[in-house]
Formats: sequence, structure tokens, C-alpha cells
Amino acid sequence: MSDKVIICEALTKQFGDFVAVNHISFDVGKGEIFGFLGANGAGKTTAMRILCGLSYPSSGKATVAGFDVYKQQESIKKNIGYMSQKFSLYENLTVLENIEFFGGVYGLSSAEIRRRSDRLVNKLGLTQEAKKLVGALPLGWKQKLAFSVAIFHDPQIVFLDEPTGGVDPITRRQFWDMIYEAAAAGITVFVTTHYMDEAEYCNRITVMVDGKVEALDTPGHLKAKFGVGSMDEVFYQLARGAKRSAD
Amino acid sequence: MKVLRFILKKEFRQIFRDKTILAMMLVMPTVQLIILPLAMNFDVKNVNVAVVDNDHSTLSQQLINKVGASGYFRIITASPSFHEALGYIEREQADVVLEIPPGFERNLVREGAQHVGVSIDAINGTKAALGGSYLLNVIADYNQHIRLNERGKYVPGKGVNIDITYSNWYNPLAEYRFYVVPAVMVLLLTLIAGFLSALNIVREKEMGTIEQINVTPIKKWQFILGKLIPFWVVGLVVFTLALMVARVVYGIWPVGSFALLYLFAAVYLVAMLGFGLLVSTYTDNQLQAMFVAFFFVMIFMLMSGLFTAVDSMPRWAQGIAALTPVTHFVKVVRMIVLKGSGFADVQKELLYLVVFAIVLNSWAIWNYRKTS
Repeated sequence: MSDKVIICEALTKQFGDFVAVNHISFDVGKGEIFGFLGANGAGKTTAMRILCGLSYPSSGKATVAGFDVYKQQESIKKNIGYMSQKFSLYENLTVLENIEFFGGVYGLSSAEIRRRSDRLVNKLGLTQEAKKLVGALPLGWKQKLAFSVAIFHDPQIVFLDEPTGGVDPITRRQFWDMIYEAAAAGITVFVTTHYMDEAEYCNRITVMVDGKVEALDTPGHLKAKFGVGSMDEVFYQLARGAKRSAD
Repeated sequence: MKVLRFILKKEFRQIFRDKTILAMMLVMPTVQLIILPLAMNFDVKNVNVAVVDNDHSTLSQQLINKVGASGYFRIITASPSFHEALGYIEREQADVVLEIPPGFERNLVREGAQHVGVSIDAINGTKAALGGSYLLNVIADYNQHIRLNERGKYVPGKGVNIDITYSNWYNPLAEYRFYVVPAVMVLLLTLIAGFLSALNIVREKEMGTIEQINVTPIKKWQFILGKLIPFWVVGLVVFTLALMVARVVYGIWPVGSFALLYLFAAVYLVAMLGFGLLVSTYTDNQLQAMFVAFFFVMIFMLMSGLFTAVDSMPRWAQGIAALTPVTHFVKVVRMIVLKGSGFADVQKELLYLVVFAIVLNSWAIWNYRKTS
């Protein structure tokens, strides 16, 4: 396991007295689909924001793509893609304009952007909508587009924060096809989710409860360990002891 | 540099897609310049006078006619008593009461002297002071004529009369619009630069798109410049429009150099945009940004000498006035537009504005955090 792209050791984030992320340790291998589970308020997003270089940790160590989360955030940012919980492409720009902007920001040339965006728009079946404003697209399409934009510049790792919230089951399935495709192309996928069927799609998962990592293994091993038939049960057994109320 | 080009492309697209902002860019300079200078008129006219003539003589009638004919006063009533005339002031129908005592004519002719009573509503200090002194001037003038009439030749009074002749420089007819139009142009740039930039970044915060930006390798200066340049261009376009409106509507055309005027507008815009960006880095939503920006812009406006003379402020207030970029810009715009001042006259002001531009923008860049 020499190709570890994310290494976390006792990573902690504290807001005043509140310990949002409490000494979490794990590592993620290259090309892995790593599921990050937990109830609302368990600290998933906070942990992810630290790994993306959006937030400083309070203590502990972590490297992402070989760069330190304390000092080398800007180097981390060159090597990752990020799709936030809140849809954050520009609604008043068209599909192509959004792609062009984010591609350009990551340093792709105009010719390269044009080549890749043609391919992408075809793949997503958005040829008709390419020149429409993103705000006018249905949610499922928006999410697929946001994911495609997040990996448009071929990052080493892509962080997805609840990417399928509010999306219909068919689109969710398509979305996971896209995730598999990205992983097959060598992109490490770090994904948080509430859907336990999605957890089954991951290579390995962690379950966070009250800021701590309570379990970390493959879905198969976890089910065996807890002696239950589904990830739903695993999650329920771990999360029912949670002190923090759901938001 | 390449990255900046992509950012600018995106910002310009968003500005041109926002029809409200585009419309405001055209409407603001025209409407503000057409309406405000007419409303912000400090010339005192139409002072309402209530006359109490207790004498009913030829001379008192002459005095009243003279006041009425001066052009500044409107005689709204002739009351039988001072008490009743005061009622007009209380009901805000009159600004001044002119009371002519009984025996006015007799005393003037016999003794060569007579007091008249002038009572002024001083709630609006400027109007009271100016209206009062106009009235005194009219009476003094009348005084001279009585002497002429009485004695058939001009005899100076007891004291030495100093007759003042004066000329108004740079604004020969002392018209208020010459003072106000340059001020409104400054007002326009201040509003555009101060508010639009602040609201724009905060909007990205509200929409959540700023997080997507923060997770990219964009450099802070690239992001800030990307926000600054489009509004800077918008500001200069609006300024040009304002100059054209000033020319067409008021016939005001800068006496001084255009290059110098634009140089100042350009630097001033950078300074005020920096202010807006700074506000946006300290606020989380558009309401907060609007409120904070409004607080400062309001103080900037009222302290800057846009409407009142900085020289008449107390020392401490002058100190505060010097700390707002608006003060320096207003001063320079008036100097260049009305007086035709050259670079040597305004270089100190340029230095001030450059310092403001550098400080505000560096502060904004410093306080903008990609990692919190």
C-alpha cells in the first residue's frame, strides 16, 4: 500500500469547546472509492473541508496527495476536485461557460477545454442544453454536471460531499456509474453519503459518530462483524449511540 | 495571467447577463444628474414675508414695495398685528416677519432714523441667515434712497460707507449647479464602486460558489483583480456618461484636462472598489454588506464636502474628512472641472488617492481567506 493519497493521523478540529472532528485516523489508497458515512452533524463535512484545504485543523496530521494540510493547501488544491453539498456552479452561466471557467482556473488551455468539453457534453447528453443557463437544468443533471466539472481537470482525488442528495434513484445509479468510471481512470473518490445502498458501492467505508471514526472496513467485513445483512443495520447499530442530535 | 483572463471573461459575462445592473448603469447617471442638482439647490429664493405695517404711510408702502420687488421675497400677507403675523411663522407659512412701527414716516422725516423689526424663523439656518441678510440689504438700500430723495443729493451717513464691488471667479453667476454637478458625478462613482463590488463577492458567499472558488488553485490577487477590473470598467463608462449628461443638460464641460480627470477617476475607482471588496471580506451576506457599506458611504458622503464646505467644519471633523477618499476626489473634480487646475495643483490629492487605493486593496486581499 505505498500509494496512499490521503493519510490522516489523529486529525482534530475544535470550534471553542465543541470538538467537531475528534482524533480521526485513516488512509485512502490510490484509485479507491472511500465512503465517509455518519449522521448529520457527525463531522463529515468538517473533516472533508480540512482535507480540501478549506479549513485549518486544530491538531493532528494529514497529507493529501502528498501535501500537508497545514502549509500546502494551495498545492493540495491543484490536485483535487471538490463537489460541495450545496450546488455551486454558476446558475447564471451556461453549461459550457461553467466548464470553461473552472477548466481555465485549473490552468487548462482554451483548446484543451474546448476538446474536453465537447466530449463531456456529448457524454452527458447535454448537447441541446450546452448553451442554456445552468440554473434552468433539473437537479439530477446539475449534480452530474457538477461532478463532471469537479473531475474536468483530471485531479488525483475528488471529494464529493453528499453528491446525490435529493436526486432520483435512476440518476443516482447513473451518478455512481460515473464515479466508477472516474475510479477506473485512476481518480481516488472520497464520498460522503446518507444512502446506505450507496455505501455498498464503496471499496471501503468509515462510519463517523460524534466526530470519531467508529468503524473502518469494507462493507462486507463490516456486515460480517456486526452480524447483520445490510449496511443499514450496521449504520443503525453504530449511530444510535450518538449524543449529538441530528440537525 | 491566463487564469485571470478566464476569471474576467466569467465576471463580464455575469455582469452583462444581469439586466438590472446594466439598466442601472444607464439610468443612474442620467436620472441622478438630471434630478439631484435641481433639488440640491442652496440658493435662497421665495422667502415668505409677513408684513405688519403699523404706519400705513407713503414711505412704509414704498419699503414694502421694494421688498416685494426684489425677487427674493414673496409677501404673503399684511397682518394687522405682530402677534397675528407670528402665527404665520408658527404655521410655517411665513419665514420672516417685517414689522414697521407706527410713526415710521414721521420719525424718518423728522429725526432721520427709525427702527424696523425683523423676526426670522431660524429652523432652516441657511435660509434664515441668507434670507435675513437679503432683507437687511434691501432695507439698507432703501435707506440710501430715502436720503437721496429727501435731500436731493447723496449724503453719506455718519460712518464711512464702504461700497463693495465683487466678482465671482470660476462660477461667475454663483450658480449652485456648478457646485453640485461635479459632486453628483463623484456620488455616482462612489455608489457604483462601493456597493457593486461589495455585494458581488458576498453574493458568491451566499450562493456557495465562493467555496468552489476557494477549493481551486486561484491566487487571491487573481480573484480580487477579477472582481475589481470589470467594475472599474463599468465605473469609467458611467463616469463618461455622466460627463456627457453634464454637458448636454447643464452645459458644464471640464475646463481642465480630460486626461487628468480620468486619471483621478481611475485611481479613485480602484480605491473605492478596494473599500467594497474589503467590506465583502468582513461580511457574510448581502444584507450585512449593504448595511456596512451604507454606513461608511453615508459618512464619506456627508463628511467629504460634497454638500457642505469642509473648511467650515470643526478641526476634528476636518481630520475625519481627510481620512475618506471621497473628500480628495470631490475637491479635485471641482478643481479640474470648474477651475481647470493642472497636475501640479492636484498632485498631493493624487498621492492621497493612490495611498487609499493601495491600503484598501492590500487589506482586502490580506483579509480574504481561502482557508479559514
